[in-house]
Amino acid sequence: MTPPPRTEERVDCSHCGLPVPAGRVEIGAEEQFCCGGCRIVFQTLRSSGLGEDYYALRARFDDASGAEPARATGRSYEAYDRETFQDEHVRRIPGPDGAPGLAQVDLLLEGVRCAACVWLVERLPKLIPGVVEVRLRMRDARVTIVYSPEHVALSRIARELDALGYPAHPPGAEEQRELARRAERGHLIRMGVAAVCAGNAMLVAFALYSGREGGIDPSHAALFRWTGLALGWLSILWPGRTFLRGAWAALRTGTGHLDLPIAIALVAGALAGTWNTVTGRGEAYFDSLTVLVFLLLVGRYVQARQQRWAADAVDLTRALTPASCRVVREAGTPRESTEEVTLDELAVGDVVEVRPGEPFPADGVLESGRSRVDRALLSGESEPVAVEPGDDVHAGTQNVASVVRMSVAEVGASSRVGRLMGLVEEGLAHKPPIQRLTDRIAGVFVVVVCGLGVANFLLWSVRADLATAIDHTVALLIVACPCALGLATPLTLAVAVGRAARSGLLVKDAAVFERLVRRGRLLLDKTGTLTHGEPRLVQWTGDPAARADVAAVEAHSNHPIARALVRDLEEYARPGVRAAELEERLDGGVAGTVEERRVRVGSLEHLAAHGHALAPGLRPEAEAMESRGESVVGVAYDGRSDGVVALASLADSPRPDAAAVVDSLVARGWSPEVLSGDVDGAVDRVAGAVGIEHAWGRVEPEGKLERVRALQAKGEVVWMVGDGVNDAAALAAADVGVAVHGGAEASLAAADVYASRPGLAPLEELADLSGRTMRTIQRNLALSFTYNAAGITLAMLGLMDPLVAAILMPISSASVLVLAMLSLGRRSRSRASTSGDAPETSSGPGQRTFERALPGI
Amino acid sequence: MSVIYIVLPLALVLGGAALAAFLWAVRRGQFDDLDTPAIRMVLEDDVENDR
Repeated sequence: MTPPPRTEERVDCSHCGLPVPAGRVEIGAEEQFCCGGCRIVFQTLRSSGLGEDYYALRARFDDASGAEPARATGRSYEAYDRETFQDEHVRRIPGPDGAPGLAQVDLLLEGVRCAACVWLVERLPKLIPGVVEVRLRMRDARVTIVYSPEHVALSRIARELDALGYPAHPPGAEEQRELARRAERGHLIRMGVAAVCAGNAMLVAFALYSGREGGIDPSHAALFRWTGLALGWLSILWPGRTFLRGAWAALRTGTGHLDLPIAIALVAGALAGTWNTVTGRGEAYFDSLTVLVFLLLVGRYVQARQQRWAADAVDLTRALTPASCRVVREAGTPRESTEEVTLDELAVGDVVEVRPGEPFPADGVLESGRSRVDRALLSGESEPVAVEPGDDVHAGTQNVASVVRMSVAEVGASSRVGRLMGLVEEGLAHKPPIQRLTDRIAGVFVVVVCGLGVANFLLWSVRADLATAIDHTVALLIVACPCALGLATPLTLAVAVGRAARSGLLVKDAAVFERLVRRGRLLLDKTGTLTHGEPRLVQWTGDPAARADVAAVEAHSNHPIARALVRDLEEYARPGVRAAELEERLDGGVAGTVEERRVRVGSLEHLAAHGHALAPGLRPEAEAMESRGESVVGVAYDGRSDGVVALASLADSPRPDAAAVVDSLVARGWSPEVLSGDVDGAVDRVAGAVGIEHAWGRVEPEGKLERVRALQAKGEVVWMVGDGVNDAAALAAADVGVAVHGGAEASLAAADVYASRPGLAPLEELADLSGRTMRTIQRNLALSFTYNAAGITLAMLGLMDPLVAAILMPISSASVLVLAMLSLGRRSRSRASTSGDAPETSSGPGQRTFERALPGI
Repeated sequence: MSVIYIVLPLALVLGGAALAAFLWAVRRGQFDDLDTPAIRMVLEDDVENDR
């Protein structure tokens, strides 16, 4: 037997740049591909002449850390040409004078990662005649296509996008999106109006202030005052209305809200200013008021923009099930035919054909065919389960092994995953409310300011006259307006969200920082969260030369154990050596011919069934492996009598940083617990390895949700960390839900925070950042109250001048802002990435700052 | 100094015109996507040079 040769150099995929499994390397070929998807995309690009430019661009804009194989699926997208689809998603643009018009459609794309993708997708009109214009929006990976239905079918366009590596999906939750868009435009419009009012009001105020020093013609002064009055009222009644409305709502419900002190300042200032303008004496405050409205709206806009991500969540059930499926008509008769239909057209009782690698479109019963099903969606475990006719299958779970047919029992929202997603939406809607810090303070603030105002009024009406008392009280109310608070807190939170994104944490809602400051219960999922989520080779015993043969044989299987063996044994593989006459058995084994040798890899039972006994020397090893809870795989050669020549053991081990991160979070006051869908033994072992006492096995998705609710009912703050669809409902209901790297789309949509970096270190950073952010906010509060106290004192002494107020207000805002930026900016740099997952981590400090992982498809 | 009666309304008209332009841009969706156009501009240039 030849000594184990090693690959001299790694072969990289010509498209995605990832290493090509040794079994797929083609000797002598110029291009090498890691998978079929990459091959399709590469060939499409080459034949259209776009390849060179695309790869050059991608080299400039994208680095290898985010590399992933192309996702081309080869689906036919026939359903896109159906009337039901067209009616729902395609808008007609009529041509001039009855000429055939154009059509416009919005689609969501998978796999959009960088600028080169924008370039490539927008080259579509060059590839397909009949496509008029294509615009891709990177933020949510949404493409708008204008095409001529006379010349090209939508399915053709979708197929082409697919071949380029961007499978298309119809967008869901359109109304919600439209609402969010309108709200954002409303914010911009209000900000624009407020800016114009503030600028011009300051202009006339400058004239008045300088006129006070140098003398001014009374008729000119009146002109300026009336202009200021008009601008002030315009600003308060149009953009400023949002504060008045908020204050009114707060008054009616009797809660504290930041809008309340703002509205008091606006109304008091505007009324007094109007009276003074009409009577032609005293001060008008419209310059300060308009600036106030503008600055506060800037704060609101920043706050709204960092929350936009939440609005991008798509229709969840739709995201988990395929957009279309193949229905078999008149099954079992000679006239049998298959037809691709959209999920909306699928009816109970239909028979659907599901190919390997495809998800089941609905809940139902398997009619014919045997296969294995990846139920990770419901159990969190990636180990496929064998199914045979009569077994239940669930929508969204993946068919792994062979073509099967199922009869549909439950569709869409009434399927198990549909109900689960219903729970997610419910959880998001009923998230325990948190009274924002600023609102709590604003409640107290209003009382204090009103009290001071009344005292001030009484004081001055006794010491001087009524007019002076009114003047000084209005000055007090205006200068007490918590402008710095209203501007600084949203901006501090926005900066914190930015810092989080830079260290690989995408925060959906800044309230997370406020929630995490309180300590409570930390719930962790096992598979994929505490562990890698996939088996890894732990130990290899026996003939080392067999490793190359195992890698070659397993290269063609998509069983998780096979994938793990290929990944971990790849370095021993001989390039160009491929297995032939492959045979994959459902009883847990594969066989193939490598260089004339017939290799059989599988469970010990499988090998025994084929006449390969376990050598006595290996038996203790095998028992030790099994007792540790690892999966044992044996290797044997058919036609030889030496029995099982080697053993490999695989296990889903905890992430290297898990124990350290759990320790440090415990030190911060969190009590951790493990919730897993896996069997108790495996859960206990992992929990023990990372030092967690409380562990629950065999928890169904609904059970995780119940646990979260039960803890919340006891008044605990629940921090849930998970990665799968089965965690989604619990993530949504928890006070803070964090989806870890590699998580399912549904968990990302349900969570408040998404870690775009592997490992658990981001959890620690999130806790750190929360503490730092809240400390910064408190410091800002202290500073802005110092300004307010100074202003109120001046006003009560009767020294407050509108000019002083106009200067003091922006200065206080600016200084608080600078402080916020500095205090959050300084420390975070030293804490660049410290991920412990060495093999997966190519993301150092130079990583892409924002991973485009969430178009939400 | 009565020129102020012309200059002040003029300033307001200019401010109003700028506001009108801004509102038009917002309603046309010019501010809906603030990320991609920046990239797109670079790309278009690049392609022209390459060919």
